[in-house]
Amino acid sequence: MESYSDKVMEHFRDPHNVGEIPDASGIGKVGNPVCGDIMNLYIKVENEVIIDAKFKTFGCGAAIATSSMVTDLVKGKSVAEALKISNRAVAEALGGLPPIKMHCSMLAEEALKSAIEDYLKKSGKKS
Amino acid sequence: MKRIYLDHNATTPVDPEVLEAMLPFYKESFGNASSVHEFGRTARMGVEDAREIVYKFLGTHDSQEIVFTSGGTESDNLAVKGVAHALKSKGNHIITSSIEHHAVFNPCKFLEGEGFKVTYLPVDEFGVVDLNALKDAVTDKTILVSIMMANNEVGTIEPIEEISKIVKSKGIVFHTDAVQGVGKIPVNVDKLGVDLLSLSGHKIYGPKGIGALYIRRGVKLTPILQGGHHERKRRPGTENVPGIVGLGKAVELVGKNLKKEPEKLKRLRDRLHYGIEKTIKFTKLNGHPTKRLPNTLNISFEYLEGESILLNLDMEGVAASTGSACTSGSLETSHVLISMHVDTAIAQGSIRFSLGKENTEEEIDYVIKVLPPIIERLRKMSPLYHGKQGVN
Ligand SMILES: Cc1ncc(COP(=O)(O)O)c(C=O)c1O
Ligand code: FES
Repeated sequence: MESYSDKVMEHFRDPHNVGEIPDASGIGKVGNPVCGDIMNLYIKVENEVIIDAKFKTFGCGAAIATSSMVTDLVKGKSVAEALKISNRAVAEALGGLPPIKMHCSMLAEEALKSAIEDYLKKSGKKS
Repeated sequence: MKRIYLDHNATTPVDPEVLEAMLPFYKESFGNASSVHEFGRTARMGVEDAREIVYKFLGTHDSQEIVFTSGGTESDNLAVKGVAHALKSKGNHIITSSIEHHAVFNPCKFLEGEGFKVTYLPVDEFGVVDLNALKDAVTDKTILVSIMMANNEVGTIEPIEEISKIVKSKGIVFHTDAVQGVGKIPVNVDKLGVDLLSLSGHKIYGPKGIGALYIRRGVKLTPILQGGHHERKRRPGTENVPGIVGLGKAVELVGKNLKKEPEKLKRLRDRLHYGIEKTIKFTKLNGHPTKRLPNTLNISFEYLEGESILLNLDMEGVAASTGSACTSGSLETSHVLISMHVDTAIAQGSIRFSLGKENTEEEIDYVIKVLPPIIERLRKMSPLYHGKQGVN
């Protein structure tokens, strides 16, 4: 297999934002149908801005690094901006992923979308 | 940083004595073994000396029964496709197991494409082939049975002698892939009752890209390659003389060490196993508890995914593997563990440690020391571990 970029290894070695948010505004729990890996993403929203994000991931090195990166990326962003973050953007921020590992970054995008969805439902902004 | 190699089922370092034996055949003795002059005769001698070492090691006395190949994969292909093609007028049915290496599995798939029928025998939870299923599968169209001697991923040793009794009583040709067995457990073709047997150089401290196939006299085989007269036309192509000489030396050395080396490996392997079990909760051994290669420990760390453990071990200088090296570029869960009905989540957390002769007790103790914090750190990250905190 093609090897991971330095940035991926950096995030894998020392992932940011590991954990749960007990009073999360939104929670996204998704599984990767390709490999069976799982990601839980928690966001805390105030005034439509994501002020905190944490994750728990059962997955490969790429899954853990993208979890770490996506939680970094969303912090400080508005909910609307965060919705635009794609798996490609996360992968690019990590200096790219081996082609066979691109699907792992889908986990991050979907977990984020699902957490925002959950927030919108809970706050009555969407039914 | 210390570098500790615990991936010997993937490949082994070349023994310095092996390298030493090979070098002259790259330098002054570079001749083509088919040439009649002095250069050629020296090369031929190297090849034939190696052949003698191999056939004696396998317990036979017939030099014509050994064919040198480019490795385990080619030996397996030559055996499976060679016999199938030679005997296709007699029948079209092949029996193999569901845990074979891809070097046997994929040739079988290929033959299915040509119209052969293949039965993939189930295994039990330890990876042992179901003998009753074998008895039931045999028909009068069965021309070949191919069952591996020992599995590369979990190390389970198959009951080859018993399988042979069933297969030979029906007069069917029997092949075994002994790539992982050679050097770790005794291999004698008559005692095992096999007609064909594959072995590979780089798993036994020999060079990569060289192997051999034992073919019992009288067994018909259609070659894969067409070319010159080399290897009695069964494997044409100018012989890889240094490789063959290296394979011979490697076989000689593992043969000499077969009395004490496996015993030592088993002691170290068990030390690693107990060390892990003592310090880490929620682990599960994959493979047979006793009928297992002495160097192999395949263990699942529940709530975790293998690659993340592997990368962390690598950062500590420890080289192990998840599943088999050949499949780690793919995303599929190991077909071996799935066939053994290991739960998928648990299969994903499996790590294979495979020890070799240069490993020491200090190295094992180092692994036992660095592993628990890795597992604990990763489990804190795992959504599946929720609610289990504090127990480990
Ligand atoms: C059981 C088994 N069969 C066949 C092979 C293939 O051997 P080689 O790498 O020499 O082609 C291997 C190793 O990769 C193996 O473990
Ligand atoms: S292989 Fe499953 S997320 Fe990467």
